[in-house]
Amino acid sequence: MASLKELKGRINSVKSTQKITKAKQMVAAAKLRKAQAAAEAARPYAERLSGVMASLASKVGKDDNAPKLLSGTGSDQRHLLVVANSDKGLAGAFNSNIVKAALVKAKALLAEGKEVEFYLIGRKGRPVIRRTYPDKIGVNFDTTSVREPGFNEAEQIADELVGMYEDGRFDVAHLFFSQFKSALAQIPTEQQIIPVKAPEGAVESDAVVEYEPGEEEILEALLPRYLKTQIFKALLENNASEQGASMTAMDNATRNAGDLIGKLTIQYNRTRQAAITTELIEIIAGAEAL
Amino acid sequence: MSLHFELVTPAKLVRSEDVHMVEVPGTEGAFGVLEGHAPFMSTIADGEMRIYKTAGAAPEVITVSGGFAEVGDAGLTVLAEHVGE
Repeated sequence: MASLKELKGRINSVKSTQKITKAKQMVAAAKLRKAQAAAEAARPYAERLSGVMASLASKVGKDDNAPKLLSGTGSDQRHLLVVANSDKGLAGAFNSNIVKAALVKAKALLAEGKEVEFYLIGRKGRPVIRRTYPDKIGVNFDTTSVREPGFNEAEQIADELVGMYEDGRFDVAHLFFSQFKSALAQIPTEQQIIPVKAPEGAVESDAVVEYEPGEEEILEALLPRYLKTQIFKALLENNASEQGASMTAMDNATRNAGDLIGKLTIQYNRTRQAAITTELIEIIAGAEAL
Repeated sequence: MSLHFELVTPAKLVRSEDVHMVEVPGTEGAFGVLEGHAPFMSTIADGEMRIYKTAGAAPEVITVSGGFAEVGDAGLTVLAEHVGE
């Protein structure tokens, strides 16, 4: 049986934990609203860009001399897994779900005899992946210096990926991130980003569009931009997902802490009552003995 | 008579309004777009874009870099990666 003093200490420690989880929950809720707004604001650009991509790719994409970013290197031996994680924890299973999806894919690819390399964005995925594949981590893109990954980071990542692709370091790149459905549901998603998969649903129009410089040049200029947008979108989705997961996880933690405090308080009161009863019995017994 | 003009960056929709004319710095030379322009698409060079709200009005200047312009039935859409005012 724990002493009164011990119980009191435990109650206090759970209370301070609850304060932390509650604060984190409220912060996440505020950030979630911001992240959702950012994701919303990025939509017009992405929509228009994929519209243009679709119509251009359907015209040029079938040619033999289509850009390498669209047609691929002709081989699919070496795969690059781009895993986007966050830098902070306290977000439930958010990071481990993404990493798990990436590890499953890596295992499947290795079983097929392909080569696999990781490109990590964010800090949290690194330890887990390093434990399983210590020698396969190629690049670790550091996002700790910025508060929220934005378009500048997406640009740097895309530039680096295109550079690596042109150097022939990999044939296919997959991007792993968490798609935001709601504060309760985030779906770990895999998306092939290189070679670029042209969006479907080109709007056929009869109007003859004039291109300057030419269709192929425009497509070539467009592909890296499209890649940037894809990565940017993934980063935004990831950010919203992280905040959503964090909010849910911290809400649960706060509730659990509340339950625990209730239980401990009951135990504390019972123990105190028992001590008082014992004391009374001793006094009465002493008085009767006289 | 007005041209519907949209300026979009990855982060947000910067402009969506009806204007008289827009001058865009295309890679092969600047071009002006009025209402009823033929369908056209061009990459843009880093430079200044001039927006004329009405004919003869002083233009509003926006610097853009990295992107392309598209003229279609819906008007002029400029997708730019970076925009400075």
